Amino acid sequence: MSVNDTLDAAKERLLQRAAPGRAQFEDLVIVPLFAVAVALMLGALIMLATGIDLPTIGRSFVALLAGSVGSLGALSETLVAAVPLVLAALGLALGFRTGLFNIGAEGQILMGGLAAVIFGFTFDGLPFAILMPLSLLAGMLVGAFYAGIAGWLRAATGAHEVISTIMLNLISYRLLDYMLRLDWVQREGRSDPISRSVPEAAELPRLLEWLDPNLRVHAGVFVMLAAVFVVHWLLFRAKLGFEFRASGASPDAARYAGIRAGLIIVLAMATAGALAGLAGANQVLGVLGRASPGFSAGIGFDAIAVALLGRSHPVGVLFAGLLFGALEAGGRQMQVDAGVSIDLIGIIQALIIVFIAAPLLVRALFPWGFRAASKGNAE
Amino acid sequence: MSVAEHAPRAIIDQAARRRTRIVGAILILIAAFIVMVLGDAPGQATFRLSRPRDAWVLPNLVVPAQPFIYIAAALTAFLGVRQFLRGGGRWTTLSLGLGLGLAVLAFLVWATAENAFSLTGMLQATMVRAVPIALGGLAALMCERVAVVNIAVEGMLLAGAFTGALMGSVIGGWGGLLSAVVIGGLFGFILAALVVTYRMDQIIAGVVINLFVLGLTSFVSSQVFAEMRHLNNAPVFPALKIPILGDIPVIGPMLFQQNIFVYGALIMVAVSTYYLFHTRNGLRARAVGEHPRAADTLGIDVYWTRYVHVTIGGMIAGFGGAWFTLGSVGRFDENMTGGRGFIGLAAMIFGRWHPVGALMAALVFGFTDSLQQKLALLNTPIPSEFLAMAPYIATIIVVAGLIGRARAPAADGKPYVKE
Repeated sequence: MSVNDTLDAAKERLLQRAAPGRAQFEDLVIVPLFAVAVALMLGALIMLATGIDLPTIGRSFVALLAGSVGSLGALSETLVAAVPLVLAALGLALGFRTGLFNIGAEGQILMGGLAAVIFGFTFDGLPFAILMPLSLLAGMLVGAFYAGIAGWLRAATGAHEVISTIMLNLISYRLLDYMLRLDWVQREGRSDPISRSVPEAAELPRLLEWLDPNLRVHAGVFVMLAAVFVVHWLLFRAKLGFEFRASGASPDAARYAGIRAGLIIVLAMATAGALAGLAGANQVLGVLGRASPGFSAGIGFDAIAVALLGRSHPVGVLFAGLLFGALEAGGRQMQVDAGVSIDLIGIIQALIIVFIAAPLLVRALFPWGFRAASKGNAE
Repeated sequence: MSVAEHAPRAIIDQAARRRTRIVGAILILIAAFIVMVLGDAPGQATFRLSRPRDAWVLPNLVVPAQPFIYIAAALTAFLGVRQFLRGGGRWTTLSLGLGLGLAVLAFLVWATAENAFSLTGMLQATMVRAVPIALGGLAALMCERVAVVNIAVEGMLLAGAFTGALMGSVIGGWGGLLSAVVIGGLFGFILAALVVTYRMDQIIAGVVINLFVLGLTSFVSSQVFAEMRHLNNAPVFPALKIPILGDIPVIGPMLFQQNIFVYGALIMVAVSTYYLFHTRNGLRARAVGEHPRAADTLGIDVYWTRYVHVTIGGMIAGFGGAWFTLGSVGRFDENMTGGRGFIGLAAMIFGRWHPVGALMAALVFGFTDSLQQKLALLNTPIPSEFLAMAPYIATIIVVAGLIGRARAPAADGKPYVKE
């Protein structure tokens, strides 16, 4: 490499820092836009391949748009779907930053949600200002504990967290089924596994009920925004967050710098679990009002995608969660209006992540969208 | 010389000592569990070793329940105390395995007390249930040996199951099986393309393939299969009894009266063991997994090797996936693999990245799985949910107790950029 090249590269870096213009713009705006557009087109092709005619495909895309952002009700549904996704994904993102791949959000959501329900109906009679926050807290604590098991196993014995969180997920399904049939949890007079209802004083209040009783958007939206701020502060402003990121970036360097690796792993897992538990508590206190088998409905797995899509950054996670929430809400509308199964949304979500996580692939597909020079120094 | 070299060794020793103590504590807890929960077992437990129509009939195995359980508890407690007194060393893992085995035996005897139970039937079911897990583990192993982490095994199994059902219904069993292998290989190739050529994060690529396959198969099954049921009605491969060998008591029904998926899995485990550890290409593949830069320097094409092995891994997973439809029920249901691929990954780690180890681990999972099914028939007072949890808890205990002795390929999960 000649001196000139080195100087050029240095100049380029300086310019980028001074004006985070073109390259970042491509990364943050053009790539996601391409990703969404291509994913939707491939979704249409898949519909064609399964014998759905063109007018129906058109109708389903209209329904997708109308059902996600087309009306106040649609926006409300988008937010309702986004809240648990963002909360759980924030926890996962924090884990990724610490170098932990936590697949266990699903189980942590179930355990946290169940704890919030049980706390809610056990302390029925407490005033709203006490009961609701404490129910959320119960969900967080149990979620943190459940994830902490995997963290402790990793720290104490080296058991890989991917395996232990998958196993904890499978255990949580059975544990939930068992708990829901216990006398003091099961709803009176029911033989199927379903919990008692959450008392009104524990529910997250609906925000727009005065406008239209069908608007389900609830105070969990504020919890979500607060969580984004707190996680951002924790990761980028607090000492603990620095230790998380240092352990993730280079475990050895972190250990030699005196960061206690085991403790950091347990704390990071517990924080992630607390956020997932909060997501579960939000779901039962804001939307469902009770716990039933598998009430998490795959949120914990979708949250992995949201965290990846948001590039493990709290603000990115917020936008990714809103996008996935919109797809979820629009997908339901699509199923009703055009009779196209909501499973299509899963395909589109997967395709979006492929194109965003593999920028080289997008650049290869659409070379004209990008500066020629950026090809060489892409990630 | 001094601090820098001794510090890591001290850390390793400390970790080993801690593991010894943890395993000792677990063993003593297991012994206490055996005495307190299983201690009260009147009468005798009868295990049937043969079925009425077998060629050679063995007499039933009759065990006095109470003495057996106390002896098992005493042995487990002895192993646990020994961990504290003598230090574990290489006995640690063996002790844990023995302790868990004794606990399972004591549990079986307790559940069967004053009752009879077909051991042969359970072992046969064990083998059958181990097949998809073993094949999933083997598929992941082929990829990890060339340093590609394959979380997508779950999706590949599901794709194989779906293709098996669809093509099996259209062109028959063998055609369905072949198509499942091809589609599995296709997803393996896609994974390789994403992580090798486009250098996507391997975990993300795996998660994406899982999401995509789950979405696509669920979409087609709710959109197409719901209306055209004849497309989801595949023939099931029957069990083939191997002459003479199939008549051996206990082992015969387990190993030699099964369908082609069981034989296929056993053959693949044998072939891949030979290939990876006794051939030139296998050595090259492992070199790519351990130190791709060195392999490249010596003239091995790292990208090509990764493409080939990940594609083969996908084909194995496709074959394993076909078991769900062509090997058992003949019909595809949404998400019917139910996490078997992930358990396969656990089996691979548990089996220390060795095909035979992965098969053994898969048999342990298959055993707990079939045990739970059989015990539901025996009317034990333990809630069925807890029996269903047992394999997963056992996995966690085993992974926690084993680790430190299992080592992943050195370059596992890292993309390689050719210079």
